[in-house]
Amino acid sequence: MRDRVVEILLLASGLVAVFTTLAIVGVLLFESGGFFEHVTLKEFFTDTMWTPLFADAHYGIMPLVAGTLTTTVVALVVAVPLGTTIAIYLSEFAPHNVRETVKPILELLGAVPTVVYGYFALTMVTPLLQYFMPELPGFNMLSAGLVIGLMIVPYISSVSEDAMRAVPRYMREGSYAMGATRLQTALRVVVPGAFSGLAAAFILGISRAVGETMVVAIAAGMQPNLTFDPREPAATITAYIVQVSLGDLAHGSIGYQSIFAAGLVLMAITLMFNVIGFGLTRKFREAY
Amino acid sequence: MQRTTEAPSAVRATRPAEETALSKESPANAKSTSGAPRISIAVDDTRQVRTLNVKAAVDNVNFYYGEHRALKNLTIPIADRQVTALIGPSGCGKSTFLRCFNRMHDLQPGTRYEGSITLHPDNLNLIGPGVDPIEVRMRIGMVFQKPNPFPKSIFENVAYGLRLRGLRNRATLAEEVEKALRGAALWDEAKDRLQDSALALSGGQMQRLCIARALATKPEILLFDEPTSALDPIATAKIEELISTLRDQVTVLIVTHNMQQAARVSDYTAFMYIGELIEFDEAAKIFTNPSKKATEDYITGRYG
Repeated sequence: MRDRVVEILLLASGLVAVFTTLAIVGVLLFESGGFFEHVTLKEFFTDTMWTPLFADAHYGIMPLVAGTLTTTVVALVVAVPLGTTIAIYLSEFAPHNVRETVKPILELLGAVPTVVYGYFALTMVTPLLQYFMPELPGFNMLSAGLVIGLMIVPYISSVSEDAMRAVPRYMREGSYAMGATRLQTALRVVVPGAFSGLAAAFILGISRAVGETMVVAIAAGMQPNLTFDPREPAATITAYIVQVSLGDLAHGSIGYQSIFAAGLVLMAITLMFNVIGFGLTRKFREAY
Repeated sequence: MQRTTEAPSAVRATRPAEETALSKESPANAKSTSGAPRISIAVDDTRQVRTLNVKAAVDNVNFYYGEHRALKNLTIPIADRQVTALIGPSGCGKSTFLRCFNRMHDLQPGTRYEGSITLHPDNLNLIGPGVDPIEVRMRIGMVFQKPNPFPKSIFENVAYGLRLRGLRNRATLAEEVEKALRGAALWDEAKDRLQDSALALSGGQMQRLCIARALATKPEILLFDEPTSALDPIATAKIEELISTLRDQVTVLIVTHNMQQAARVSDYTAFMYIGELIEFDEAAKIFTNPSKKATEDYITGRYG
């Protein structure tokens, strides 16, 4: 009897997460339904301008998608190599006490509020970059992307390290016994063995980068700009949503509804990366 | 060789012929001893050691985990291209001793070797402080208790050591992989599925794959750490048969819990107890007429 109660309570807490997700999808679909009564899908995906708040309104989502993808790619170029390298070091090379010191500090980086990272990008990284690239504008995607990259390094390194440490010891011993060095063992046995965990870490990193709001809102500028050049200012989907949410648009107006359409696209992008990651994992994993 | 089903007392039936063969291989040494070669624990008489074609001379080896002394003054000759078995109750240090040969203890901090294991013919001290463990492991192969193939294809498992040694040529790799798989009696079962995952094999096949993986790099000594303890009797018999055939090409050192196995496969046997060597002799002698009471008690199953 008591078991039954516990089971129901546990099921209920599980269902909270499921229903929240369904509710969010429902609201997004419902509100963007109103948006798509005014704007055709063709216009939404092919128009090269996103100016819903201007008198001459254009509703092309591509400039925002371009901004999101560009900052994400810049972030991943930083975070994937750095995060994986740190994970390999911590899992395969670091002495026990170093690992136990470094790991909590790294994880602490993930606890810094993102608004702090945003000002870090705007007031430290951008001036530093301008030192090397004098014509770089004050707001740019490069600086925002780099800082997002740094921000997600702890996520990637932490999850990757857990995955690599889960590779059994006898697997490593087999490799060492063949005359492999630590690096060879790490790259040829441990990393392939932990591939599904590494893929999960990268997907988590991508999702964080795609969904990151404050850093891009603060450091990348707020003008939608159809470009993949990271040196330019641009707005991302999230930056646009926060911009509109802060404004004084009337509930039910088309500008208001546009953020739900943007949110739907954001969710589709994240979902797409998850599916790709899932497929990659199944294809390349070397399970043990 | 039909050794697998014979009782220990019958194991020595082929011994004299093998001894002759051994002497022929080294005529210079054969001259110095007219009688049958025989090793005793007291190897200070180097002449006796020579007659055996010693592949590795273990001299006064001590091993420490931190402050704990796990091996005490071990001195054993390891005969070239013969099977030497290490037996003894759990915790006697036989696996610890085995892992000194390929420096596996170096992977853990706080371990320390003393003494020497001299690998012939070039007199390399395997546990010498200046000797690179990677170099040692390049020359000495190991097969573990639990079959541990890599989660890669059968081919890539066997090619692993060759690739580490810088071999890139596809044709040569394929040739060497086939040779190693034949050497491990796995070729017929594996030749049509070389690209399949090694984890699709049965336990016995996996263990033979691990033997092939080790053989591919032509080790001088092959270490077996209780290679059949995770296998069923039929797979065990196959591995034992394989070990018997391997003795022609490689020096084998095997740790086993199973005394029948030691009697069946080994030419020489060392009995260890709490880090010490109690008795070392020809397998036939150890299993029929041991000279120490402790050895007799162990092999007759009074403890362990």
